[in-house]
Amino acid sequence: MNLIKDTWTMAKRSLRHIMRSPDTIITVVISPIAILLLFVYVLGGALQQQTGGVKYIDFITPGIIIFTIVSGVAYTAFRLSSDVQKGIINRFRTMPVAPSSILGGQALSSALSNLFSCLLVLAAAFGMGFRANAGLVEWIVFAALVALFTLALTWMAIFFGLLAKSAEGAASFSYILMILIFISPSFVPTESMTSVLRTFAQNQPLTPIIETMRSLLTNGVVGDKAWIAVAWCVGILVVFYLASLRIYRTKTISA
Amino acid sequence: MDTAITVTDLKKTYKTHDVLKGVNLTVQKGEIFALLGSNGAGKTTIINILTTLTTADSGTALVNGTDVAKEPAKIRASISLTGQFAAVDDVLTGRENLELIADLRHVNDSAQTANELLKKFDLTDAADRPAQTYSGGMRRRLDIAMSLIGNPPVIFLDEPTTGLDPQARKDMWQTIKALANGGTTIFLTTQYLDEADELADTIAVLHQGTISISGTAQELKKLVPNGMVELTFDSEKQLHAAADILKRDYAVTLADDLKLSIAIGVGMAELAELFVQLRNAHIEPAGFSQKVPTLDDVFFKIINNKKEDQ
Repeated sequence: MNLIKDTWTMAKRSLRHIMRSPDTIITVVISPIAILLLFVYVLGGALQQQTGGVKYIDFITPGIIIFTIVSGVAYTAFRLSSDVQKGIINRFRTMPVAPSSILGGQALSSALSNLFSCLLVLAAAFGMGFRANAGLVEWIVFAALVALFTLALTWMAIFFGLLAKSAEGAASFSYILMILIFISPSFVPTESMTSVLRTFAQNQPLTPIIETMRSLLTNGVVGDKAWIAVAWCVGILVVFYLASLRIYRTKTISA
Repeated sequence: MDTAITVTDLKKTYKTHDVLKGVNLTVQKGEIFALLGSNGAGKTTIINILTTLTTADSGTALVNGTDVAKEPAKIRASISLTGQFAAVDDVLTGRENLELIADLRHVNDSAQTANELLKKFDLTDAADRPAQTYSGGMRRRLDIAMSLIGNPPVIFLDEPTTGLDPQARKDMWQTIKALANGGTTIFLTTQYLDEADELADTIAVLHQGTISISGTAQELKKLVPNGMVELTFDSEKQLHAAADILKRDYAVTLADDLKLSIAIGVGMAELAELFVQLRNAHIEPAGFSQKVPTLDDVFFKIINNKKEDQ
């Protein structure tokens, strides 16, 4: 019981942080929306030829959701790393509170705020003409996949937030994820890439996740990559969850 | 008296640097224990080991009878740490900071606990302002208030007054004394000798990885040569007359400007005896000043002795 209570106490704390600096949510959603505008209105006309008859805004929206989550978890890492630098994490570490509660609270609030950012970006996409061809069940499966992916990346962010020597450095892992988004079928079909890049793009972890999301929203079916997508998410989640708990207990954090 | 902390042959190496080379110390229940050392001496490392933040390479440390390495979870329930930099949440208000810790410590009424502590630490007016608007002294007070929640029997304060202005420093000393009077055991580290002198029941000097010396402030001061008294005279004649009389019993040095330095203890009886001798000889000094040995003298003596050993 204490585990849940403490997790909620910690989540309330970081939700207060988020509520009191709403500019972070704006910063998180502004770049995906800017990319959306750029790709749809500037490049979209040309890229439309490649998407096999799918409207470009419909093609790009799932990838933009992934982009939003990546840009959101960068803040999670930043915030956690500032806590580490200021010695607040050390205070919690010397208290009789389970690590899974201290970090879980951060994960919960981060997941909630990132899902909220996704809603904002999705609303912007709707404003720009995005229409899904999905029923209620597909939307629920889509939301569940987004939530699972957010949670997995949040724990990755927590790991790097604990590991980094500075708050600024903590967010740098997200640049690698950004590159992975560009070398994936998020913005353009992989068929248009050179062969080396294409092989990479077709086999990297983000690809089945993006393709499953797109399949759910544009075709209204789960698609054949769903289990691979879920397996990647669960794998990332478990590995970084365990690694984060370990580093929380063993790392000498010099504040 | 019961012991609160017992440290035996504690060793810790960071990469190739031996920070602790076999530290032994004992802290009695309810006392203020000051660990004195210069920057980088390893004070924080000892605190980190005792508060379960890091583990020692070898040796044992018992806090309230529990081994910190074996049952860290049990230790965490009976201690609290106030680190070197006030670890308060800047975004939250003072009240929210206190309630956060109270919730995590599962006290019955966290709102009431927060109110009491705000009052006790003179933070009621600032209670609902974000902590980032607080002055250095206020942040420290909030920090300590957060450490008191749940009444842990042992409190660790890592350099509690570093960076505070003189008034805030004095206030902090009052707070620490009041805590100790309430029966809490306090383990503090400091670079300031006057702070250890003012607060501590027991002082231990950490130097080059071991405790070079420990004891009460009085005991430590006895380790340095006696104090000095300096007398000033109106004339050469008086100066030499005084020197002739006093050199029978004391080590006397003639200084410039009609001054006489006499090595003498700090006790009142010894001083009285000195003046009686002068008076019997009808010599009246024009001026008098006394230099009492300080912990600084002890500290520098230890450091210098160690250097000579090498």
